Order: sequence, then structure tokens, then C-alpha cells
Amino acid sequence: MSETIKADLELNLQGLMCPLPVVKISQAIKNVPVGGVIEATATDPGVMADIPAWAKSTGNEMLKVEKEGKVIRFWVKRLK
Amino acid sequence: MSEEKKKASMVVFSGDMDKVMAAFIIATGAAAMGYETTMFFTFWGLKAIQKGNRTGKGFFGKMLGIMNRGGIDRIGPSRFNFGGIGRWMFKKMMSDKGVTPLAQLRQTAIDLGVKLLACQMSMDVMEISREDLIDEVADVVGVAAFIGEAGDSQINLFI
Repeated sequence: MSETIKADLELNLQGLMCPLPVVKISQAIKNVPVGGVIEATATDPGVMADIPAWAKSTGNEMLKVEKEGKVIRFWVKRLK
Repeated sequence: MSEEKKKASMVVFSGDMDKVMAAFIIATGAAAMGYETTMFFTFWGLKAIQKGNRTGKGFFGKMLGIMNRGGIDRIGPSRFNFGGIGRWMFKKMMSDKGVTPLAQLRQTAIDLGVKLLACQMSMDVMEISREDLIDEVADVVGVAAFIGEAGDSQINLFI
């Protein structure tokens, strides 16, 4: 679990509620190259289910998710 | 998911704050997930895409325009509105929790390319003209145009 993932873009989604985390991720993914990674933090517990669902639907990949207290940190990779 | 175009469409019949909110949340979510999304606003739902000016030409139309005045910020929840107190309370509770306000959610939908369509027949009945609707409305159409969109959609809702 301790290997570090190099992120091309960092995104702060803390304080945002549904549907904004998914909306912001969908906009931000266009700003990284194919194969690029976004590292994001959020506080909406809904992202635990929503980001994997978004990734599956859009053909991208959620690499990893971590909870640090109330903050959820996750990495998504652009696949296409 | 296959390479077939992903599409979502919905009828927004309700002009209640809570239901319009649900409609825009689903629409923005669908757009974010790669669905080409269409919203068809009819009857009370037209309120969500009106500028908020007074509407109506004849006596009944003008009466309706007064009773139904205001734009998206003026609509109340389907329950517990109590003459506007409920609307105020829900807006406050939502803003305290960082939920996006309705007008901003509509703008997000527009920014994501959600197509807004208005129902010609309801507009004629309620005496609402194209100029009474926000400029971002893509077109004023009938049921066949909506069914055309809905027929290609994997997701279709009536709200």
C-alpha cells in the first residue's frame, strides 16, 4: 500500500457534494494526457461509490483510494 | 461498455424545487459519465428554464403568469413549502451543507453540454413565449422530437 503514485494533476474536491466531485473529475481528466493520473481529495462519502462507477462508465481506472479521517484521497488514471 | 453512443433523456414535468433539483443532479451526473443528455421541459417544468419575467397574453394567461411568477430561484419544494418558508428553509439547509444551489446546478448542466428542450404545446397553452425562456434552451419541440431522443437513450426518466 505504501508505493507512491506519481500524479500529473492534483485536485481538491473537499466540501463539494454530489454531483460535483464526479463533474469536476470528468472535466479535469481532459487536462491530463492518456495514461496520466489525477490525485484528488474529497470529503463527500458518496465518492467511495461514485468515482469507481464514473471510472467504469467512462472507461478510466480508479487506481487506489485511502481514507484519512474525514478526507478521502483517490487516484484515477486516464485510459482513453 | 460498447462503442455505441451513450444517451440519457428525461422529461421534466414537475416545477417543484426538490424534483427539479433531482432532475439536474441526474442530468449533470449523466453528462459527467459520458452520456449525451437531453432534458425535455413540459408544463410546470418550464419554470426551471424561464427567465422569471411575467408571462401571458390573454386574461387567463396573465393570471397564470402572476400565480406562477419568478424563475428557478422562486420555485418551492413539493412538500412543506408553507408559502415560501419551506423554500427558504431548504435553501438554507442545503447551503449549510455545501449543496450546489439550483441555478448553479442548471448552469453546470449547460456547461457540460446538456441539451435543454422546451415543449411547444405547453408553452402555447400557458402563453409562455420563446423570449420568456433562458437563451440556453436549444430548441422548442413537440413529443415526436423527444421520443426521437428517448428512443436512442439507455436511460429515460419522467420527473
